[in-house]
Amino acid sequence: MSSDASRLGFYLLLAPIMLWLVLLIILPHVGLFIVSISEKVGPREYEYGLGNYAAFFGEPLYWRTFARTAIMSILATALTLILGFPIAYYIAKLTKGRTKTTLFLMCMIPFWVSELVRTFGWMILLRETGVFSNLLQSLGLASGGVEMLYNDAAIMVGLVYTSILFMVVPLVTTLDSLDDSLIEAGYDLGANSSAIMREIVIPHAMPGIVSGCIVVFMLSLGNYLTPILLGGKDSLWFTGMIYTQFITRFNWELGAAFGFLLLGLSSLVVFVGLKLSGQSLSETMGRS
Amino acid sequence: MIPTISQSRFTLWAYRAYVALFFVYLALPLAVVCVFAFNNSVFPSLPWEGFTLAWFFGTEAPFVGVFHERAILRSIGTSAFVAAWVSALAVAVGTCNAFLFVRHEFRGKALLYMLMLLPLIIPGVILGISILVFSSSIANTLEDATGLWFDGLRPGLPLVILGQFSFITTFATLVISARLQKFDPSLEEAALNLGASKWGAIRQITLPFLLPAIVASAVVSVLMSFENFNTTLILVGSDSPLTITMFDKLKQGSTPVLNAVSLLLIVASAILGLLSLAFQKRDDR
Amino acid sequence: MSNSTPDLSCSNLVKDFTDFRAVDGISFDVPKGSFFSILGPSGCGKTTLLRMIAGFQSPTSGDLRIKDTSMIGVPPNKRPVSMVFQHLALFPTMNIGDNVGFGLRQRGVGKKEIGKRVDEALERVGLPGVSKRRVDQLSGGQKQRVAIARCMVLEPDVLLLDEPLGALDLKLREHMKVELKALQAAFDTTFVYITHDQSEALVMSDNIAVMNHGRFEQIGTPHEVYHAPQTAFVAGFVGEANKLTAKVTATNGAMLSLVTEAGSEVQVSALSAGLAVGEKAQIFLRPEAIDLLPLGSEQAAGSNATEAVVETVLFNGANSTVSLRDTAGGVISAALPQTGALANLKKGDRLMTSWSAEQARCYAAGEV
Repeated sequence: MSSDASRLGFYLLLAPIMLWLVLLIILPHVGLFIVSISEKVGPREYEYGLGNYAAFFGEPLYWRTFARTAIMSILATALTLILGFPIAYYIAKLTKGRTKTTLFLMCMIPFWVSELVRTFGWMILLRETGVFSNLLQSLGLASGGVEMLYNDAAIMVGLVYTSILFMVVPLVTTLDSLDDSLIEAGYDLGANSSAIMREIVIPHAMPGIVSGCIVVFMLSLGNYLTPILLGGKDSLWFTGMIYTQFITRFNWELGAAFGFLLLGLSSLVVFVGLKLSGQSLSETMGRS
Repeated sequence: MIPTISQSRFTLWAYRAYVALFFVYLALPLAVVCVFAFNNSVFPSLPWEGFTLAWFFGTEAPFVGVFHERAILRSIGTSAFVAAWVSALAVAVGTCNAFLFVRHEFRGKALLYMLMLLPLIIPGVILGISILVFSSSIANTLEDATGLWFDGLRPGLPLVILGQFSFITTFATLVISARLQKFDPSLEEAALNLGASKWGAIRQITLPFLLPAIVASAVVSVLMSFENFNTTLILVGSDSPLTITMFDKLKQGSTPVLNAVSLLLIVASAILGLLSLAFQKRDDR
Repeated sequence: MSNSTPDLSCSNLVKDFTDFRAVDGISFDVPKGSFFSILGPSGCGKTTLLRMIAGFQSPTSGDLRIKDTSMIGVPPNKRPVSMVFQHLALFPTMNIGDNVGFGLRQRGVGKKEIGKRVDEALERVGLPGVSKRRVDQLSGGQKQRVAIARCMVLEPDVLLLDEPLGALDLKLREHMKVELKALQAAFDTTFVYITHDQSEALVMSDNIAVMNHGRFEQIGTPHEVYHAPQTAFVAGFVGEANKLTAKVTATNGAMLSLVTEAGSEVQVSALSAGLAVGEKAQIFLRPEAIDLLPLGSEQAAGSNATEAVVETVLFNGANSTVSLRDTAGGVISAALPQTGALANLKKGDRLMTSWSAEQARCYAAGEV
């Protein structure tokens, strides 16, 4: 009787998660895939085929944008890691007590503010009539307004800004767990700073580096606001194309194919990242 | 490297300068957004035309303040409505999931856990389009079969809520599970031993213990829902939440009224964040 | 020893922190190839002293020389000392071989040579063939030995050990004491060992420095420190002792007559205490220095004999003690003879206690 009750309890707990995952994650993605391999042959008439994928590879604008998005996301991830690691190290190893908590919380600030607001801030700073441009002029370094917005560098600044927190937080957590005595032992055995970084600190921080990189890459790849608001006319982003197909062109079949390609790319990068570092998804993401 | 290893003074200062610069980089965009909310000019940019509160309280065009801009006020209401639903659903399902994953052993648990994590690595836009495609095809099928209209399955607030719920639940599950893992099951056994019923023990012992995590994940859910853009943009119908309204205004050319809204958002989320933090702190003792 | 320079030599070493002085003018020499222990309670400054020798803290003043070369200003990675950390600090991301070879890699030794020397070092600590294993696959005692091998492979002039046995369970700790001593003898390297556990220091050391409040109270062989403690702190900290507070009533050369607080009269031989009549003194008496005799025994006629009642018997194998209340009401604890002669002693039994005036140590009470 008690085991019946606990069985019932188990199924009651199982129901919500199954509803959620099946109805909102699994079935929609199956549906998306079916749409992506449907071709419109007449009004409300479809047949299966790979025409949408062929269209992607046939049109250079599409696949070039795809490749560009991927490369810039990887670049943004690398940049975020390089910029964020020293910050995380400083917070984890060179501060303690209240200073540490304060700095850590300050890193979180951008997270509490909508991405739109953050991007808006960069627009105010970077545009021709913006703060930086005026600053340069008043310093006499520029004669007229300087347009720093609407280019790839502006996109990079925005992407790194949006995602650096997701790099710093897991890094601080893993570096925090590195016992100082390991670093001291390294010195004691004759290592210099760079050898200690290479042989002790970075291997230890690897789980944090991997989970940070995965999250940052995903955020960059799936970003829409930053490229569209900070980027120029030529700075196309693949998510933008998906929106265009769905909202402006109303070509859901092609948009679905694009979506699947993006999903494939992101899964591939996550998979490769996990394999290279010998981690599993559960331990990498479960910790965050 | 670490405080016990002495470094050259120059290295240390250069390092500190870099850290300081980093925090300036973090604060700068938010600071300018806030400052220009008080600029007495129709553009959120230099030159500085003097201090004004018109972008909050102004009533006459072009200086229509936030509190008199009907479109923005309405979208704040819409966002709050969506956020309340998403937060309630995500926390409820997240709590169930936490009990499921922490308390039960069953076949396929690892697989289910993996599936639960998936929304984290699916880009928001894809979540949006997949839900849109799926719900539309159901709506089409149902409408063909019955001849009735199914508005709930067309882009609109119900879909926005479901779309945001689909990935925010993962965060809620992780936060609540982490707390439940720290719970000592012998406390519940002690309650049973003292005569409580199973549900009574959970309600009186376990849930109060989980409360900080539940509150924290509710707050985070509200914030994530308010901020969400990618998934929402695809699923939105005629009632647009705040981020969508602001985005449309931004594309048309911004006025400092956007700065004023942003400032209010920053302040509100800071207060929410600090509250949830204080709540967690108090309970950690 | 005077003909060769000591491996480690500190003179007037001082370390100040913002609000207190952790090490207060310490001078000592550690002869080559000896096992030197620094014994003291936690917070006495021994860790600070060790970290100064390793180079993780720099002294406020004083000099620190290793093989007659001053180490002031030399960073830890350039000092000819190695350290076994309290929690060993084996690198969890590397296997055993890479851990042991770490220092050699930093010195740019060739790969083949490293492999050879790592295997050699592991063999010397009795762990041949473990180099491919992960750190977490070893037992506590094995990790201990790997940590020592990791240092010894570098052939340091001085090996520092920071209470490395603290984390082990009792049985293993007893075992490792013997093993550490044997390893030190085999490597013939100078060991500087800090601990708060007197038995570790007594068993392993050639010389012990007893440290308290940033100063050395006494440096000597284990025998000297145990049997001839120079200060009341040493007498109380090293080994078990009954502590009696008493007042001097008469002096006769080296022989003092005192009255304890409980009121019994005792005679103590105290050469150097320099106590005058009327001064307060502290008497330390080892439990094993007390003879237990049957009532009315002839032998008990000697000095400091009194009748006593058994209060409790604390059976602990070879270390069994009995706590006794004498006629004046004072309580002392005495070791039970290991022959088992008094095995059936029980509460309420009456017997004679006696101890000779030379067995007790007496210090002016102000010292503690």
